[in-house]
Amino acid sequence: MASALSVRDLRKRYKDVVAVDGIDLDVAGGECFGLLGPNGAGKTTTIEICEGLTAPDSGDVEVLGLRWASDAHRIRQRLGIQLQETQLSDKLTILETLRLFRSFYACGPSPDEVIALVHLEEKRHARIAALSGGQKQRLALACALVGDPELLFLDEPTTGLDPQARRQLWHLIENFKRLGRTIVLTTHYMEEAERLCNRVAIVDHGKVIALGAPAQLVASVGAGHLIEFAAGEAASRIDLASLGRIEGVRSARAQNGSVTLEATELHRVLPALLAHLRDQNTSISELRTHSATLEDVFVSLTGRHLRDE
Amino acid sequence: MNSLSRDGLYSLGQLILARVREFTREPEAVFWAVFFPVLLTTALGIAFGGSSVPALPVVTSSPEVARVLHDEPGVAVSLLDEPAARDALLNGKAALFAHANADGSVIYQYDDTNPDGRAARLLTDRAVQRAAGRVDPTPSRDQFVREPGSRYVDFVVPGLVGLGIMSNALWGLGFSIVDSRRRKLTKRLVATPMSRTSYLLSYLFWRMMILGVEVGVPIVFGVLAFDVPVRGRLVDLILICVLSSLAFSAIGLLIAARPRTIEAVSGLVNLVQVPMWILSGVFFSAQRFPDMVQPLIRALPLTAVNDALRSHMLQGASLMELAPQLLTLSTWVVVCFMLALKLFRWQ
Repeated sequence: MASALSVRDLRKRYKDVVAVDGIDLDVAGGECFGLLGPNGAGKTTTIEICEGLTAPDSGDVEVLGLRWASDAHRIRQRLGIQLQETQLSDKLTILETLRLFRSFYACGPSPDEVIALVHLEEKRHARIAALSGGQKQRLALACALVGDPELLFLDEPTTGLDPQARRQLWHLIENFKRLGRTIVLTTHYMEEAERLCNRVAIVDHGKVIALGAPAQLVASVGAGHLIEFAAGEAASRIDLASLGRIEGVRSARAQNGSVTLEATELHRVLPALLAHLRDQNTSISELRTHSATLEDVFVSLTGRHLRDE
Repeated sequence: MNSLSRDGLYSLGQLILARVREFTREPEAVFWAVFFPVLLTTALGIAFGGSSVPALPVVTSSPEVARVLHDEPGVAVSLLDEPAARDALLNGKAALFAHANADGSVIYQYDDTNPDGRAARLLTDRAVQRAAGRVDPTPSRDQFVREPGSRYVDFVVPGLVGLGIMSNALWGLGFSIVDSRRRKLTKRLVATPMSRTSYLLSYLFWRMMILGVEVGVPIVFGVLAFDVPVRGRLVDLILICVLSSLAFSAIGLLIAARPRTIEAVSGLVNLVQVPMWILSGVFFSAQRFPDMVQPLIRALPLTAVNDALRSHMLQGASLMELAPQLLTLSTWVVVCFMLALKLFRWQ
């Protein structure tokens, strides 16, 4: 499929902060592509440059084969955008707002159709000030869809929402995916990236540090599973080096009285671990395992968590 | 998207609707736009608009002088002892203090730079001289010509209308544009194919829609409550007001083009408005200022509006006669709109 978005060596700095430090991206038509990273990683700056809202210091951006410098109006007709912290005019109703946005586009569904798409029918005449956070985000998504876009940019679409509202929004995005349109979204929630995206670029400090399908990324770290246990005061006496030597263990680290091991095969590592602990006479209070997630990929690449800052 | 295509006009219409809704759904804004000029007109009309001729207050400590002045209609005399009389004069409660000396001569104490003081002196002296036997050889009679349009309230109503259009335009546009910018509404809009010219035009059209109420209410009130004349053609008045609204809206767009905070735009609006409150002949004639600054004063938009409104209402001037003022306003519209479009900070 033709490339929907192509970014080459993108750079942008604000005063003494380097926001984007050489990012390359290629998003194919019809895929859902994610930018995953902590706050301040440069995701919003990157996506706003792609949306034509910010000018880069250097680098090349091609959106749907067109460039911002020469084809801004044509590109805007084909894009749908949801900004981070979208604010819409409080005094207008949902229907009035969608009519306003719809009037900017040459073609697209009617406001009523889009309201039905995002399940806000009962609230059509409600003022925006009276909507909940989840309803406002659904309306923001509706505003992005009202021009029948080929390419949808979503900047942190579910930040600040409660779990139920978040799931509703994921459902809507998945519906849009099924229509075969391209989506580029940014997020710092790994479940969101894992669930929605065909491919994910992990971004940190303005650079892409890993790129691929979520399953691929997890597998690339090498360890499929994580084992965590809490040992209380005894944790300080645990010999991490000897734990690391257990067959199948990729790495071992301790933090705040709990120890985390990256392991490849649970059925070999767990008995070995428990035997080791018994030999050392170390008692543990909790034991948990989970399959590796993108969060773990991020931790293993940077040593920090996605939501630490 | 071209502002003038059919789709472009529909989109402009939607933008104007949004402006109107945002305004009318904010009750305080509507109240101030409509009732503030009315309140101001009423207060000033009551203070300055008395239809009867006010008697000038005079004080004296001589009973003979008091007796003579008692029958003089233009003067209201009070008999006080010396210290109280002197205080009254110094505090502005009296326009004149008449001393009678033992030798029969009279001394008039008053502020000769104050027209009331000069008038009080003439009336008091005339009464005193006639009581002492002065005869005026030439027979004379008074004929009063009460010309509506020459009272203070007639002067001030057009000035307040102009002030109202300016104030509402600058504050209304200043606040709503900067607020939209601050809350990233403008940013969201420019991410769409919306025409930026249409966005700015929607503010101009919105203010014109309110004009009917903004101008109509104080003028109708002035006419009904104070008999303020409106001598020019109604069509001309509408055109003058439309051009005034466009001029101040364009200035408002320019002021609001860059600031990111409400504090910053408030400072700018005050900086622009306050000199015009003083210089543009709202409350008193701008002719009082030295000749050297008159060209500058005439170039100010509020001066042009006030002059045009006054000439139209009080003297029935036609649009041709008002060409200089209308040209001034048109220049302000064009220059400020183009600058605003160029300088506007969209996010």
